[in-house]
Amino acid sequence: MSSTTALVRLPTVLRPQAGGNTTVNAEGETVGEVLSTLVSTYPGLGPTILDDDGDVRKFVNLYVNDEDIRFLDQLDTTVADGDEVAILPAVAGG
Amino acid sequence: MAVYSSVTELIGSTPIVDVSQLSPSPNVKIFAKLEGQNPAGSVKDRIAMAMIAAAEESGELVPGRIIIEPSSGNTGIALAMISRARGYRLKIVLPESVTIERRQALEAYGAEIIPSPGAEGSNGAVRLAKELSSQNPDWVFLYQYGNEANPTAHYRTTGPEILADLPDVTHFVAGLGTSGTLMGVGTYLKEQKPDVKIYAVEPPSGEHVEGLRSLDDGYVPPVFDKWGGMEILDGKRIVRPLESLVWTRRLVNEAGIFAGISSGAALAGAVKVAARVPEGDTANIVFVVCDGAWKYLSTGAYTEPIDDVAAKLDEIIYF
Repeated sequence: MSSTTALVRLPTVLRPQAGGNTTVNAEGETVGEVLSTLVSTYPGLGPTILDDDGDVRKFVNLYVNDEDIRFLDQLDTTVADGDEVAILPAVAGG
Repeated sequence: MAVYSSVTELIGSTPIVDVSQLSPSPNVKIFAKLEGQNPAGSVKDRIAMAMIAAAEESGELVPGRIIIEPSSGNTGIALAMISRARGYRLKIVLPESVTIERRQALEAYGAEIIPSPGAEGSNGAVRLAKELSSQNPDWVFLYQYGNEANPTAHYRTTGPEILADLPDVTHFVAGLGTSGTLMGVGTYLKEQKPDVKIYAVEPPSGEHVEGLRSLDDGYVPPVFDKWGGMEILDGKRIVRPLESLVWTRRLVNEAGIFAGISSGAALAGAVKVAARVPEGDTANIVFVVCDGAWKYLSTGAYTEPIDDVAAKLDEIIYF
């Protein structure tokens, strides 16, 4: 098991599937590993974040320390101890 | 100075101001493009004019017709100004969670406001406008999120203005809403100077949107996909309300530029980009000041205790 622990921030819409928590600690060296840990604790989150192929759903944005992982190394983006992983629904602006 | 025949002729050709006193590095310059100088006060004047002109050219829009559009404020205000000048009736679907100044500006320009639930944010306004437009096929639905005239306006005007005023531009930073500014300017600059980097900033809006039933209710603007957003952008980051306020205040305190809160977010993004420029390298970063401060005074953004305002901004759409 990894010794790296990230703080995962959940949006309002996902909190009911995570015991009502706003933030959750989850171990993992990459975003993908952190999500696996998260989903093993809260299985209901799995299908809302990832599609059947294990890719991030189109309307979900994932951030490490507020940077969008789609422009980093996607789910292979590395996570350091104490980093924040935020899950947010894509919303409109304008 | 020239004399203009209509207020709409004042759109565009906005100035760029050097605000490098805010840069973390002496080798990295930061420049503010002041879109608040547009006649209705924001960057959205450009796309509102372009969308209306395109609808007029296609014959869809003639005087007397009703225009409908979802907007968190600035696009609506810009459309309202142009509608007044040209004799169109305008209905704006506006989330209830915007500032009072945005609502009043729309009313002043004579737009009819159709409120959408604040808890659904901009996504709710888009959804309601789509419903209303399908129920009323005689209304002209401009749909800024999917209208080619939106990014094209920035490709044709904002991008060339930046390159003409600052040929040595190396980075461009702007807020992500419809993605029109980033797609249009980004495409133009990368065609002309392939090494230019394009960065998006966004607020953490999705965190508190309670009206979403699931993440599948999320929304990616068609403009972003059609213009190849994943290829145009080199990075995208969240700027949270507190950080946006810190830089909005520094912009007015240290450079005398009295700007809206999303401009502070763009500046925060520009400063982060600046801090990552390798030591010894030079860079010229342009960021968009998308509007002035006037529509946000009621939030206390500039004067009240900053943590109190930051907490309040979780509930207000300011992008």
